[in-house]
Amino acid sequence: MMEKMIIGRYVPAESLVHRMDPRSKLIIIFLFVCVIFLANNFFTYALIGIYTFLMLGLSRIPFRFLYAGLKPVLWLVLFTLLLQVFFTKEGSLLYEFGPIKIYEEGVRQGIFISMRFFFLILMTSLLTLTTTPIEITDGLETLLNPLKKVRFPVHEMALMMSISLRFIPTLMQETDKIMKAQIARGVEFSSGPVKERIKAVIPLLIPLFVSSFKRAEELAIAMEARGYRGGEGRTKYRLLSWKLADTLQLLILAILTILLILLRS
Amino acid sequence: MRDSIVSLKNVSFQYENQPSYALQDVSFDIHEGEWLAIVGHNGSGKSTTAKLLNGLQFPQNGEIIVCGIKLTEESIWEIRKKLGMVFQNPDNQFVGTTVQDDVAFGLENHGIPRDDMILRVEDSLKKVKMDHFLNQEPHHLSGGQKQRVAIAGVLALRPSIIILDEATSMLDPKGRGEVLETVRTLKEEKSLTVISITHDLEEAAKADRIIVMNQGKVYREGSPEEIFSMDDELIHLGLDIPFSIKMSNAFREKGIDLSKHYLSEEELVNELWTFRSKV
Repeated sequence: MMEKMIIGRYVPAESLVHRMDPRSKLIIIFLFVCVIFLANNFFTYALIGIYTFLMLGLSRIPFRFLYAGLKPVLWLVLFTLLLQVFFTKEGSLLYEFGPIKIYEEGVRQGIFISMRFFFLILMTSLLTLTTTPIEITDGLETLLNPLKKVRFPVHEMALMMSISLRFIPTLMQETDKIMKAQIARGVEFSSGPVKERIKAVIPLLIPLFVSSFKRAEELAIAMEARGYRGGEGRTKYRLLSWKLADTLQLLILAILTILLILLRS
Repeated sequence: MRDSIVSLKNVSFQYENQPSYALQDVSFDIHEGEWLAIVGHNGSGKSTTAKLLNGLQFPQNGEIIVCGIKLTEESIWEIRKKLGMVFQNPDNQFVGTTVQDDVAFGLENHGIPRDDMILRVEDSLKKVKMDHFLNQEPHHLSGGQKQRVAIAGVLALRPSIIILDEATSMLDPKGRGEVLETVRTLKEEKSLTVISITHDLEEAAKADRIIVMNQGKVYREGSPEEIFSMDDELIHLGLDIPFSIKMSNAFREKGIDLSKHYLSEEELVNELWTFRSKV
């Protein structure tokens, strides 16, 4: 179950968005995050909304997965909404009750800002819902490749990421095993006062750490035995292919940007 | 005598901060195309030998020659291409996120062009009968399956020698059987040299030759029959004797005279059910 929480975000499906190159998806998300700040009136927000829901439709991700991504941040959205509504003192007064004064501009700002939040979260969760973690890693590695010139260890970072991804399920299984072993020895993980429960994590963490170090050492030896000697002279098995759809998607985003600039007030 | 593919000459090795030598003046040859088992209890130096063979450690004294190349800091990469290693823990040698990525890992390291890589990955996975699991993630595979993927990873580099460093010790009997069977078929097909480092004498019994190591030295070298006739001496060295041999010894004690040592249970069973008719 823990496994699902962390990496089970990816929802396999055959859709246009799934088939897109991770590089174009990363670029689009990055640009989208910038472009969204151009919106400042009803039309521009409506446009962003249409775009977001169009992308969601193309991805064929069932709504419940999107909702699962939204749920943890919903409170934050609500909080910003309330903050804006109560503390912006511009425009005409709409409502007054004792010390609480609500202004028109406050409501407007509150709604816009929470909409912005809402669309950002939908789009970014779309990335992780339609792209496997390893694809994201590959995409990042190629996109960051120019940074090698300034000695940024791009290959090493990507390898680290992919090895961590590979070991998450293994370590989860191990945690589970250690937990059961400790429960069998009388450690209580799920009941008792909070202080006791935090203390109970120690006999779980220490064996997990020890074994992780052992794993890391063995893995390093195995990698070396298989001829690993850094990124120099390495070829790549995974190939990213930039397709027509990727170029089109970027074009659509460009059109959106132009429209936003024209329509913003 | 066949050509020797690996030879160790007066090799000594000492781990840092350790008072005694892990290996002391070890010399032996490994012949091309043979299945050699190196056995010994924990700390006898058998795993150290494996690590020295592909340059994961360097000996303080003596020299090692693999496929005609002397092992030095410069030649290790060349040698590692010819000498593949499968380690003990199936999880801790699985680098890729999926089966095919893992097999490709070694190829990527050696800069094999991508088109060639695809063919080799497919081909070697077919050889170990794991070609239906191309996109499977490691945590969905059994130990035996993971070890077979590790073998495919080694195989993809087209080595002449495969070292199994306790590769079956963490597997259940089924997985162990699968892995050994795979290696055996491959050895015949590709005329590979197999060095299996093990403390499982059942596994060693199937080898062409056995080297017994004790306290960093070669204690005895010989065919499985010769080695297993050492009986009590083996137990004294901290090794167990295969069940079939124990059984035939027990028969002999009871005065039933079986003609020789039986290395596999099948041989023993065959002898037993024809025993009466011979008498």
